[in-house]
Order: sequence, then structure tokens, then C-alpha cells
Amino acid sequence: MSLVLDNSPKTSQGKPFVGELLGRGDFAIIGEIVERNTRVLDLGCGEAELLAWLIEHQNVEARGVEISPAKVRRAISRGVSAYQGDIDEGLADYPDRAFDYVILSQTLQETRSPLKVLNEMLRVGKKAIVAFPNFGHWTVRASMLFSGQAPRTKLFPYKWYESPNIHFLTVNDFEELAVEQGFNVERRVFISGKQRISFLPNLFAEVAVFLVGK
Amino acid sequence: MIVDTQVARFETISLESGAILSPAEVAFETYGTLNPSRSNAILILHAFSGDAHAAGIGRDSGKPGWWDSMIGPGKAFDTDEYFIICSNVLGGCQGTTGPSSINPETGVPYGMSFPVITIGDMVKLQKMLVDSLGIAKLLAVAGGSMGGMQALQWAAAYPEMVRTVIPIATTARHSAQQIAFNEVARQSIMADPDWNGGDYYDKQPPARGLAIARMVGHITYMSDESMREKFGRRLRDKDKFGFDFEVDFEVESYLRYRGKQFVNRFDANSYLYITKAEDYFDLLGGTWQFAFEGADTRFLVISFTSDWLYPSYQSQEIVRVLRRRNLDIAYCDLQSNYGHDAFLVDVAEQTDVVRGFLASTYKASKKEQSEVVTRP
Repeated sequence: MSLVLDNSPKTSQGKPFVGELLGRGDFAIIGEIVERNTRVLDLGCGEAELLAWLIEHQNVEARGVEISPAKVRRAISRGVSAYQGDIDEGLADYPDRAFDYVILSQTLQETRSPLKVLNEMLRVGKKAIVAFPNFGHWTVRASMLFSGQAPRTKLFPYKWYESPNIHFLTVNDFEELAVEQGFNVERRVFISGKQRISFLPNLFAEVAVFLVGK
Repeated sequence: MIVDTQVARFETISLESGAILSPAEVAFETYGTLNPSRSNAILILHAFSGDAHAAGIGRDSGKPGWWDSMIGPGKAFDTDEYFIICSNVLGGCQGTTGPSSINPETGVPYGMSFPVITIGDMVKLQKMLVDSLGIAKLLAVAGGSMGGMQALQWAAAYPEMVRTVIPIATTARHSAQQIAFNEVARQSIMADPDWNGGDYYDKQPPARGLAIARMVGHITYMSDESMREKFGRRLRDKDKFGFDFEVDFEVESYLRYRGKQFVNRFDANSYLYITKAEDYFDLLGGTWQFAFEGADTRFLVISFTSDWLYPSYQSQEIVRVLRRRNLDIAYCDLQSNYGHDAFLVDVAEQTDVVRGFLASTYKASKKEQSEVVTRP
């Protein structure tokens, strides 16, 4: 297993620095949030790299849902209890509060009914961890403003007809939804490159990670 | 690996129907070595017409086991790591007590006086065998088709005795279609005059009926696609139609050959009893209400995309039931064109998932054991 942890939480320049876990900043934040010996469900777990890391380092009881047969196969070959299904299917049937955390990483914008997914996450999980690319980032705005076309940036590299993203959202959109729905945002972490930021996140955050309770 | 079949004998077993069978003998084989803590034992469960000879080369038969592709050094069920047990099912005809066994009260084979058995009875006898080998907890129970039903039955009946359950290409309840195919097979056997009410052991056995039953079976084990690939409309040893009812097509020849071959190794009455046990199997009809909460059992459910005898939806039904109970479950629907036979013949991907899943469970159980040992 090639699990590389570059989890240096502080930097020399005094700026909050986000390490990478398995090459991803949001994974590093999630790895930091999830407490030891908890029960975790990862929606869209891919090959279960994150879950395998959490099992190894945080001794969690892990389940993963993944739609791609090849990825599910690799997840199971790694020893993780993953099952083939889409996210809606993956959440149905679970009893209430079956998990301590339900993770949805970089997938909310791809779901058909994001609000339904969020509510289901908060039904089967005591807490939800949601990471998503911020459509309010200044590069997205600039791309749209200057090109007059559907924005294409590092975060959103797809042509409009190829994009898996069907529900774009910004940091502010999520905050607004949380207030409307009465979600209790317990933690919010904003990442730009390898930095953790707090100044104007809706403009400067590339990826937002929210820890939400009900 | 040359292997021998052994026989264990139990004085008596009481069956789900209320009947009592005595004695009950079980034919079984083992591969690999039981570790000192007895924590590496895996019970392999065979499908409808399988037997105890799952792996290696039989000393007398000289033939490889029916799941030799999955069991052996470095294979999915790695005999360098694990101690593997496989036994012939109750009601069978390959060494375990069944309708062709001698009834000690009469001195002649049971025939139709053999009691009707269930999957639960088969598993009960397996548990007696496992107990007699001094194994308190199995690392895994695994099997395809009817073997998968037994694996699920193990989880339902003896959850504290199984760490991993691997049901493959199977169902938690036999469907109308599955019962229908079994009934065609049974009627075919019973319609053969040689069946003679099940009393044929010193006479000509119902070979025609049994062969036709097997032919139907073989069709259901393949898929439309695998049959097209394997036979197409190819003619057998001729380049034009015979305009008669001898064999024209390759597929006819294949089915006739398979049917005929089967008669030499299988007992017609066993066919009746074992298919009946399959048809009675229904874990979703209320009996799946076992005390399972808190059990540390893990499930790996596997189905195959082209399996129309035990279609993927039936595996997904199992997954949903287990999820409702918040149990530890992995599931994948493997891509294969081989139909129901895939679990026997298309084993590359199946090997990957089984090997990885087992290894992680074994590692976790070793860790738990060392924690138990080192606890002050």
C-alpha cells in the first residue's frame, strides 16, 4: 500500500499550512477531523485510499460506497468493506445514526439531489464531513467574466458538456443552506493550494471542508 | 498436492423436519495446516453437485478438486496461510450420508425413506464436524451457489462461530424461477420408469431422467453469451443438417455428453433431496431474525453480471438486509460472460477481492488475539 503522509500541520513562515494526505489537502483535513475508534462511512470512496488510511492510523470501523466496479474491487482487495452502489442507494436502509461520520469528498456537486444527500448523511451519521470545490473562487469568476463562457479553471477543468459537476456551489451557498436547514456547522476549513486560509474564503478558497452536525 | 478424503462419523443428528438420522457420516478433506491458536480455519461449502474434494489432486481419482483454481498455495484461499476444510453435504452421494447410504435398520439403501433435509441440516452437520476438529471459530465460511446459501445459513445459525462470510453467486431465498428449474429436474428423474419410486440401487438407475435433469441444469449455469461463444450454431462432426433427430448441433452434443457423464458420478435420489433443500431455503422469511447484534462477522458478497440463475439483485437483497442491521459488508458485482458458472471458471477478479478481504480480516483477528493475550 502506498500511503504517504505529509502531515506537517504548521509551517516555518507561521502561516497555517495544509499537509497532504495521499496527495490531497482535503484528505489531510478529514484525517485530522475524524477521531479514533469511530465509525465512518465514505460516500464515493474510490479505491478506499482514505478509508484504508483511517483504519490504519485512527482505528476506525470503515465502510465505503463506490459506483465504479473496478474501484470497488480494488477497495475490497485492500481489505476495506466497500460496496458497489450509487450514493443514494448507499445511504438507504441504514438505521439512523449508524455512523459517527459520513464523508462526502468532492462529490456533492456531482449528485443529482444534493440536499437530499446531505439530509440522509445527517440521518445515518451523527456528523457529516463535506468537502467541495468552491465555485466562488476568484479564478472561476474571472474566467467567466473575461471569457463569457462557462468557466474553466484548475478546479473546474471540464468543458461544459463533459463536466460531471451538475450542481455548482460556493462557500457562501453552503453557509446559507446550513442556516436555512438548521445544520450546525461545527468546523469549517478553507484551503488554497497548500495553505489554510480564513480571509474572504468565498473568494480565495479552492476547496472547503465543512464538519456539520444536526 | 495429493489429497485424501476422510470420514467423520456421528452417532446421531436431529433434523429440522423432526426426523432423526443415525448414524451420520461426513466425507471431508483438509488442506494446509491449522495454526496453534486454531484461528486460521476456513470452511469451504460446495455447490449443488460438488463434493468434499475441493482442491489438490485426489489420491484415487487423480482429478483436481472442483475449486482448485481458488484453493492452494498462493491462491485466493492460500493453503500456506490458512487451514481449509471442505465436506460433502448431508443428503449427498460422495461419502456423506444420503439416500444412497445403507439404512442400518433395514440393511438396504434408504432411497425415499431418507428424511427430507434442509440447508440448515447440512450446516448443522458441518458444525458437528468443525466442533470435532476442535475449532471454536472459523476465520471464514465461503461458497458459491448452494455453497453460498450454506455460508449465509452459518451466519444465521452460528454467528459467534464465523468471522467472515463469503456468499458468492447466491441468494438468501430460493425464487420461483429457481424452484421451477429444480422441479423440472425432479420431474424428469421421477418420470423415468427406472426411478421406480427411488428403489433402484440393485437395478438399472434412472439414467435418462437424471441426464435430462443435468442438461437443464447446465443450460442455467451458462449464459446466452457464453453459449453463443462456445457453440454458436456450429454443427457437430458434419457440414450439413442430418434431417433426423440425431445430434446436429455442437450444443446438443455438449449437453448430451454432460448429462451422460453426470450419471456416472451422481445419485438421482440425492438430486431430489438436495434440490428440495435448496427450494426450502428462505432466510428472509422470518428466520433471519437471529441474534446478530454485536457479532464481529464481516460479509463479502459477490455476484456476477451475467448470472441469470442467481441474478445480482438477489445478492443486492442480501446486502440491503445486512445494511439494515448495520453489519460489516463488502459487495461487488463482477463482470463476467460466463453466467452462473463464473464463480468456478472466471476467478481472476474473484481471487483479488477474496484474498485481500481475507488477509485484512486475518490480520485484524491476529491483532485482537495478541491484545487479548497481552491484556494485564
